[in-house]
Amino acid sequence: MWGLGARGPDRGLLLALALGGLARAGGVEVEPGGAHGESGGFQVVTFEWAHVQDPYVIALWILVASLAKIGFHLSHKVTSVVPESALLIVLGLVLGGIVWAADHIASFTLTPTVFFFYLLPPIVLDAGYFMPNRLFFGNLGTILLYAVVGTVWNAATTGLSLYGVFLSGLMGDLQIGLLDFLLFGSLIAAVDPVAVLAVFEEVHVNEVLFIIVFGESLLNDAVTVVLYNVFESFVALGGDNVTGVDCVKGIVSFFVVSLGGTLVGVVFAFLLSLVTRFTKHVRIIEPGFVFIISYLSYLTSEMLSLSAILAITFCGICCQKYVKANISEQSATTVRYTMKMLASSAETIIFMFLGISAVNPFIWTWNTAFVLLTLVFISVYRAIGVVLQTWLLNRYRMVQLEPIDQVVLSYGGLRGAVAFALVVLLDGDKVKEKNLFVSTTIIVVFFTVIFQGLTIKPLVQWLKVKRSEHREPRLNEKLHGRAFDHILSAIEDISGQIGHNYLRDKWSHFDRKFLSRVLMRRSAQKSRDRILNVFHELNLKDAISYVAEGERRGSLAFIRSPSTDNVVNVDFTPRSSTVEASVSYLLRENVSAVCLDMQSLEQRRRSIRDAEDMVTHHTLQQYLYKPRQEYKHLYSRHELTPTEDEKQDREIFHRTMRKRLESFKSTKLGLNQNKKAAKLYKRERAQKRRNSSIPNGKLPMESPVQNFTIKEKDLELSDTEEPPNYDEMSGGIEFLASVTKDTASDSPAGDTGSDTPLTGRSSPRHGPPTAAAAAAAVPEKPQIPARLQRPRAPSPASPTPAPAQNSESAAPAPAEPPEGEPGAGPAPGAGPERRGLPSAHARSAAARRVHSRRSFQRPRARRRPALLKLASLPPSCHAPPHALEQEETPL
Amino acid sequence: MGSRSSHAAVIPDGDSIRRETGFSQASLLRLHHRFRALDRNKKGYLSRMDLQQIGALAVNPLGDRIIESFFPDGSQRVDFPGFVRVLAHFRPVEDEDTETQDPKKPEPLNSRRNKLHYAFQLYDLDRDGKISRHEMLQVLRLMVGVQVTEEQLENIADRTVQEADEDGDGAVSFVEFTKSLEKMDVEQKMSIRILK
Repeated sequence: MWGLGARGPDRGLLLALALGGLARAGGVEVEPGGAHGESGGFQVVTFEWAHVQDPYVIALWILVASLAKIGFHLSHKVTSVVPESALLIVLGLVLGGIVWAADHIASFTLTPTVFFFYLLPPIVLDAGYFMPNRLFFGNLGTILLYAVVGTVWNAATTGLSLYGVFLSGLMGDLQIGLLDFLLFGSLIAAVDPVAVLAVFEEVHVNEVLFIIVFGESLLNDAVTVVLYNVFESFVALGGDNVTGVDCVKGIVSFFVVSLGGTLVGVVFAFLLSLVTRFTKHVRIIEPGFVFIISYLSYLTSEMLSLSAILAITFCGICCQKYVKANISEQSATTVRYTMKMLASSAETIIFMFLGISAVNPFIWTWNTAFVLLTLVFISVYRAIGVVLQTWLLNRYRMVQLEPIDQVVLSYGGLRGAVAFALVVLLDGDKVKEKNLFVSTTIIVVFFTVIFQGLTIKPLVQWLKVKRSEHREPRLNEKLHGRAFDHILSAIEDISGQIGHNYLRDKWSHFDRKFLSRVLMRRSAQKSRDRILNVFHELNLKDAISYVAEGERRGSLAFIRSPSTDNVVNVDFTPRSSTVEASVSYLLRENVSAVCLDMQSLEQRRRSIRDAEDMVTHHTLQQYLYKPRQEYKHLYSRHELTPTEDEKQDREIFHRTMRKRLESFKSTKLGLNQNKKAAKLYKRERAQKRRNSSIPNGKLPMESPVQNFTIKEKDLELSDTEEPPNYDEMSGGIEFLASVTKDTASDSPAGDTGSDTPLTGRSSPRHGPPTAAAAAAAVPEKPQIPARLQRPRAPSPASPTPAPAQNSESAAPAPAEPPEGEPGAGPAPGAGPERRGLPSAHARSAAARRVHSRRSFQRPRARRRPALLKLASLPPSCHAPPHALEQEETPL
Repeated sequence: MGSRSSHAAVIPDGDSIRRETGFSQASLLRLHHRFRALDRNKKGYLSRMDLQQIGALAVNPLGDRIIESFFPDGSQRVDFPGFVRVLAHFRPVEDEDTETQDPKKPEPLNSRRNKLHYAFQLYDLDRDGKISRHEMLQVLRLMVGVQVTEEQLENIADRTVQEADEDGDGAVSFVEFTKSLEKMDVEQKMSIRILK
């Protein structure tokens, strides 16, 4: 079964010796057959090497390969320059040399059976299952053109040109015909998914380019299989016996093989999705289904002699959405890790055995002209093919493929283990020069993987970055540069995605209406909708209308009621089953093509002027939010989505929502008065500047209204049931907490557009809502009121924490007087202690500010108690300190 | 999502928009399509809410500011020409743009100067033609993670302003802003390929 298993016990043993350093004594004991039946008596310990040999050797190989990976990564320098695949090949060569030296027989080679049945499927399944679908289908046309036409072109031109040169006599005397050359051309033509991924993962090219090369390497399998089979049978038939009918059959078989393979994949994906819908009570074997059914799709199409790679690719592509939604979070994690592990191990083994297989003098037949010309032809024709096809494509494509992209496309046409396995499969009796083909293929594979793999990274960087000068980017450049990145990605989102079209709309409609209903659990459908609401659609409108509703009803309590909590109280903690897998892509949904941005990928070189500067730069470097292009990985075989991104997204998301709510509230308040909120606001601001003695500005009638609301809110909120768990609540609290913000930013900018005096003076006006929300937050947990009081109590005595408390969470002081007047009375929950405060707070806003300016520690000192008490959120959910303080910070 | 690409509706004033923004016919059609897709209730204009619905913008630190940039002077709606005009800043600079520079015509929207100016007005909230230290601080707050303390931020803001500030008024004017970025390839960094 395992072709790489040893052929005889002694050989396996030698291997064991070479690899694991097993005790030599043990080896001596176990001469062939030695362990068995030598002595009649009962053996306490028997050494049965032959018994465990095969699996043992396999396990040892895997161990060696894995250890080698650890070894490679010990040196960061090496791995950052040399792709892992190249290192593995070299390692394989060394190990092969050792084995050969010990044995003089190439015992371990990469056999087609092992490769196609056990090593390739996990890799392709992984590729399909984690395929960025939208991107893939968005570029499907281009991918198909490259995969089909490009591969045929490569095969034909390479084969024919080699034949032409052969006719000229440059290669000397070979037993070879036109069909042999075409056969060779067809197996060497295909870009290899394993090699391409291994190299491209380390070269960070833009997503469109990546998906084109990646997709091409996966989809060209059908073409390769057909061409290979056709020419092999032609060779077997003999050149003279090939008729036109056979050629037509060949073309027909292409459609059967490719479409059939795809269909098998889709059918199995359907099955898989359906099965996972009903695994609620067998969670533990859920992940198994994913692997088994996908593997069955591969085997089935292999059985029907269809394209197995297409089958398993499409199985992965089609099932991912439903499976991810159906299986539990733990299962999803298991699937992800297992899949990555399998794929990564398989890849490691493939490259290592490519190296090992090369150490076998019996397969080497050297023909300089043939080898070199093959190398030249595949590179040249690949480039020509790419240019021609791109020229054609660019007439229809939205996102043009620039010359640089074409270089990368041409240069990224790596050949790999598929070609090797195919060439080994050849029948030596029919193809007379099999060995020449094998050795040439090995050379080609090594050349592309090692040489091109090594050079593509510098090439891409060199092409993209005209590094005119090495200088340290100044602070301004760093900051604004990053800002530009954000601006760019925002504009991309606004200007829409590529290939947004009718078909996609129709499909998503069909999916929502039928497929999802059949294939997804009901709970999953719901939770998917919920996530859609928040992350994809970002249904702020809903949220806002809820708040508005709350105001109308005079209560925010219903926001927390279970029936509606999916709108407002969203769980922002990562939730891998659906969120993790889909969020990054969901967020991507609106995303259009992204420009190459190699510059930002590059480490920014710095020469540090002085220590302080270094700190500043470092802080910026480290904590500036990263723009999307940089941190969203498309697909990686070796890495899982880092959680950092989500944290960042959550952080920004919270801020954004809070600010939007603020500005929403403020515009709403403004609208009550006047449609032209902005103008009013400006006038108001101007007036306030002139006459700061008017406590309530121009909005005298708002306070009573607001106060009334507060009271209601407090009443309603205080007797609600126990809050659900706090992780769940965090979103809601934040949302509510955002109401607590002093909504000084009436400005249409919706931002913290207020200047300092405004902040101080407008607070009276906004005091009530602030207090309201503070109060609203209180009943989240019954103890909180008590806790809130504590830091406040000493406020009159010690000025430092008091103003902090005040401006942070409530700023109620100036609001007190009007609150009392209408007789509404302060809210029962927070009333008493707030009443005690006015004297302290009313002292002077200016004094407070002066004071806070002086104290450097102030911001931290004042926000901690407030925030912690406010909601007792888990630390991860705390609002960003400065974000919360934005308006208060005086200048 | 009843967006039909088939009825590639007539764009009102298509030609004049094209002249002003330099977009190709195809891009304009596509953007119009996008515009209508964003316009949820077929109002014929976009409100802030329409743009805020774009999920990815909520996790963009500058998302809301960029949304605001579509609504100059506090207006509540943006029509298609206005929408395209903003996007035109991000059209890649092409050779013909620089060649066929008509001195009489106004500078194209995608010139380096205009690209920078677009960025500048995202910072300059009070429209006084200067990025004050306070405004710089606000942008920094948006763009830097929560781990950085307020003190550090203020420090960074100070340094950033100082670095660019040449006339010593404690704020960055547009000229100074341009100057501080003169080494940067703004044309490339502020262009989107799909906006041709």
